[in-house]
Amino acid sequence: MEIIRSQRRPSKVDDVVSTLPLYRSAPPLQVRLEDFELFAIDRLRVLKGISDGLSRGKKPDEMEKLVSDLWKANMRHPQASEFVNKDIISHFVLRLVYCRTEDLRKWFLSMETALFRHRFRLVTPEAQRVLLAEFDLPYKAVSHAEFESVKEKLGQVARSIGQSLPSADAIYFKVPFEEVPELVAGRRVFLHKGHAYVAMNQVVSLVVTQFRSHLSKALVLTNRKWTSTIREQEKERLTPIVEALSTSYLGPDYSQPREFVEISIKDIDQVANSSFPLCMRHLFEKLREDHHLKHGGRMQLGLFLKGVGLKLDDALAFWKAEFSQKVGSERFDKEYAYSIRHNYGKEGKRTDYTPYSCQKIISSTPGVGDHHGCPYRHFSEENLRAALGKMGVGNRAMEDVMDKVRNRHYQLACTLTFEAVHGSSCDAGINHPNQYFSDSQKILHPKVDPASKSRSC
Amino acid sequence: MTMEEVDSGRDPMEIDGCEPEGQEKMRENAVPDGFDANHLKVYYGKLFPHSDLFKWMSYGNDGKHPACDQSYIGRREFSFTLEDDIYLRFQSFNSIHEMENSIKEKRPLKIDIGPVYSVDPTKRHAYAQSGDNVFTPVERELVFDIDISDYDDVRYCCSGADVCLECWPLMTVAIKVIDTALRDDFGFNHILWVYSGRRGVHCWVCDGRARRLSNEQRAAIADYFRVYKGNENSQKKVSLVGPALHPFLVRSYTEVLKDFFEEKLLPGQKLFSTEERYEKILEIIPDESITSELRGKWQENRRSSISKEDINAIRWEQLKHMLQSGKQKAQGLRRCVEEIVFSYTYPRLDMEVSKHMNHLLKAPFCVHPKTGRVCVPIDPKSCEEFDPTSVPTLSKLLEELNMGGFRADADDEWERTSLGKSVKFFRLSFLQPLLKSCKEEIESAYNAKLQLSKNSLSW
Repeated sequence: MEIIRSQRRPSKVDDVVSTLPLYRSAPPLQVRLEDFELFAIDRLRVLKGISDGLSRGKKPDEMEKLVSDLWKANMRHPQASEFVNKDIISHFVLRLVYCRTEDLRKWFLSMETALFRHRFRLVTPEAQRVLLAEFDLPYKAVSHAEFESVKEKLGQVARSIGQSLPSADAIYFKVPFEEVPELVAGRRVFLHKGHAYVAMNQVVSLVVTQFRSHLSKALVLTNRKWTSTIREQEKERLTPIVEALSTSYLGPDYSQPREFVEISIKDIDQVANSSFPLCMRHLFEKLREDHHLKHGGRMQLGLFLKGVGLKLDDALAFWKAEFSQKVGSERFDKEYAYSIRHNYGKEGKRTDYTPYSCQKIISSTPGVGDHHGCPYRHFSEENLRAALGKMGVGNRAMEDVMDKVRNRHYQLACTLTFEAVHGSSCDAGINHPNQYFSDSQKILHPKVDPASKSRSC
Repeated sequence: MTMEEVDSGRDPMEIDGCEPEGQEKMRENAVPDGFDANHLKVYYGKLFPHSDLFKWMSYGNDGKHPACDQSYIGRREFSFTLEDDIYLRFQSFNSIHEMENSIKEKRPLKIDIGPVYSVDPTKRHAYAQSGDNVFTPVERELVFDIDISDYDDVRYCCSGADVCLECWPLMTVAIKVIDTALRDDFGFNHILWVYSGRRGVHCWVCDGRARRLSNEQRAAIADYFRVYKGNENSQKKVSLVGPALHPFLVRSYTEVLKDFFEEKLLPGQKLFSTEERYEKILEIIPDESITSELRGKWQENRRSSISKEDINAIRWEQLKHMLQSGKQKAQGLRRCVEEIVFSYTYPRLDMEVSKHMNHLLKAPFCVHPKTGRVCVPIDPKSCEEFDPTSVPTLSKLLEELNMGGFRADADDEWERTSLGKSVKFFRLSFLQPLLKSCKEEIESAYNAKLQLSKNSLSW
C-alpha cells in the first residue's frame, strides 16, 4: 500500500472477484493521507459498535442487523467503485494501529472476526461458496451412506439447537473438531471419534476459524514490521496518526486511579455502600460475610479496588483482615499475598493489570461457588430484585431495570440502577465498574473535581 | 508467571483444606502417618517409579530414531513443593538421571507437571531479554480436575475435603461420563485417570492431538462438557434448553446419570427425606402449582406409615409423574426431571484447569501430604471398584517394605508392596500403548518429511 498526498488517482476494482475481501495481502493501492485516517476512523466506528453489541449480549440475528446497519452507516463511499478499496484500506490501516500490543491485537482480532462472520452470513450462498473455495479447505462432503449411518444423531443435534431436521440431500462436512471450536463449545455439532459433522449452514464457523488464525498470525508479523522499520521510517507522517488512532476510541482503561487519588481502608465500607456498582458491592459483601472469595471474585474485586485507588499496602491489609479469619494470617501471607502484589505488578511478569471492563465481566462464566460476574446477567430474577431492593432501587425503577435485563441490555440495566440510586442522569451509560465509581463520586462530592462538571453524569 | 499458575486455577485454601487436623477417617497403620522427610526419602529412593514418569514425559523422544526431538523432555516444566511452602518452579531435566537425582535430593512434598515450553524453562530469563515472547507453552496434555468439595450442595454425608464411600461414587460417575466422551466423541485413546490423593481425581489426555491443542480449543472442549450455567446467585444451576438434548447429554443421561441418581444417590443421600432437602429439589421446578401440590402431599404424609427407606423413591416417582404426565405440555417442565438429575450427578469440572496450557497439575504417584495416600492411577473400565479409603498410604508401604527385610537387588522393590499393581497398571494399560503410538507417530512424520524432500529434489 502506497500512501500519497492529496492527489487522487482512480484505482481499479474490477479485479476483485468475491464480495468479501479476505485481506490476504496489502493491496497495491495508492491512498491519500486524509483517506488513510478517515477510512480508519469509519471502520473503527463499526468495530466499536460491534464491541458494544457483543457486550450487551445481543443474539446472532440481532448482531447481523447491527453489523449491516453499522456497515451501511459508516463504510459507504461517494463513489460506489471505491467501496471495496475503502474496506481494504481501512482494514490494513487498523492492522497497523492495533498490532502494537497484545491487548490491542486481541481486541482487533475479535472485532474483525465478528465483523467478517456477520458479513459472511449476509452475502449470497453463491458468494459463500466462492469464499469457501478461496479458503481452499481440504474437506469433502459426507457421502450418502455415511450420512444415513449418523442421520439420527445429526437430527438430535439439529433439534437441540432448534433447527429443522436435515433433509436427505443435506450437505455435511466432516472435519477435525479442532477446526470448529465454537461449534464444539456450544454443542452445536455431532462429534464422533474426533470428527465434527458440520452442516452447510454452519460452514461460517469453519471459514471464520481460518480467517481468525490467518489474521492473528498477520498481526504478529505486522507488529514486527512496525517496530523494526515502519515506525521509524514514518515518524513524520504515519506514526503520529497511528498512535493517535489507537487511543481515540478504546476509552480509558482505569488502570491508574484518576481523580480520586486515594481511598483508605477505614472509608471503604462507606464508599462501597454509596459508590460501588452492584457487581462489586456483591463481591464486597460476600467477602465480608464469608471471609473468602474464589479466584474469579478475587481478581474482579481486587483489580477494581486497585483502580479505585486502594494502595498496595492497604489492599494487602484489607484482604488479610478478611482471609485471615478463615485461613489464618500465615496462610494468607504464603498463598494469597503474592497474587495481590502480582495484580499491582509487583511480582511475576510485573504487568500492571487493568481492572475488568463491563464487557469482560458480562462475558465471564462463574460456576458453583463463584460470586463474580455481572449480577444483571448472572443472577436469577429473584436474587437480582432482592439485591436491587437493598441498594434502594424503588419499584418503578426496578421494573425498568428488569425490563432491560430481559432484553439482555445489562449495561443499560446498570445505568438505570445508577440513575435510580443517585437520582441523577447518566447519559454516557456505564461501560466500566470503575467509571460507575468515579461518576458516582463526582455526584456525591462535586467540589472535588470542578473540571469534570461539563460531563453529563 | 501469572497468578493463575500460582493458583493452579483452584482455590489454594481448599487444596489442603483449612479444617482442623484429625478429621481424616482413614488411619490404621502402625507407622505413624505424619509426613517426615525420612519417609519420603525411602519412598523416592525405593518406590517412586522415576523411569516410568520420565518415559511418559519423553513421549518417545528419548529413542534413537533420527526424528526424535532430543530437546523435548528438557523443555518440560516440573515444579517442586518443598517443606515450609517453598516452591521451585521451572525445573527441567535432560535425562532420567538428572530427574531422579533431583527428586531424591530435594524430596519434594509435591511434584507438579507443567507444559512443554518453546525453550528450556530454566533458561527462560535469557530469552526474556529478546523482547518477543519466545518463552511460551507449546504443548501440554489436556487435563481435567474434579473435586468432591465442589459437590457440597448435593451430598449430606461429608463436606469440604472429606470423602466417604457414600459420596465417592459421584467421582466414579464423573470418570465414566468424561472418559466415554473423550474416547467416543473426541477420539482420544491415551487417557490416564489418577486419584488426587484426597478429594478428587485428575485426568490426563496424552494423545499427540490433545497435547497440541490451543487454549481456545481446550476451552471449547471444557465448554462442551459444561452444563452448569448458574453461579451461586441463580437458582437453576443446570440449564438444558432446546427441544432436544445433544447426543452426548442423551448418552450420559441414559447410560450413566439416570440409573446412578435413582439407584445410588437418591437412597444413599436420602434426597427427599427432610423438608430442607426436598425443598432444594423443588426449587429447580419453575411451576408454582406443581411445587405446591407436591409440597402439600409430602407435608401431609409426614406422619404416615411409609418407611424411611422408601420415602425417597416414592417422592421421586410422584415428582416425575407430576412433571411427565400428559397434562404437562410445556417442554420445559418435562425437561425438569433431567435437569434435576443433571444438577445432582453431572460432573463438575474445574474449568480453568482445562482451559489453559500453563496450569500445573500434580504428578501421579506423588504422596498427598495430608492423607499420606499415593496418587495412584484409576482404571476407568473398573472405576466403580476403586475405593479411596483403601489406597496405600506412605506408612503402609514402608511397613510392607520393612516386612520384606532388606534385599540386595534394590530394583523394583515396589513389586512386593501394595503399590505394585498400580505401577503395573500404569505401565501395561497406559504407558506401553502410549509409547507405541508415539513411536508410530514419530516414524510416520519422519517418512512424510522424507517423501516431501525427495519430491522437491526430483523437481
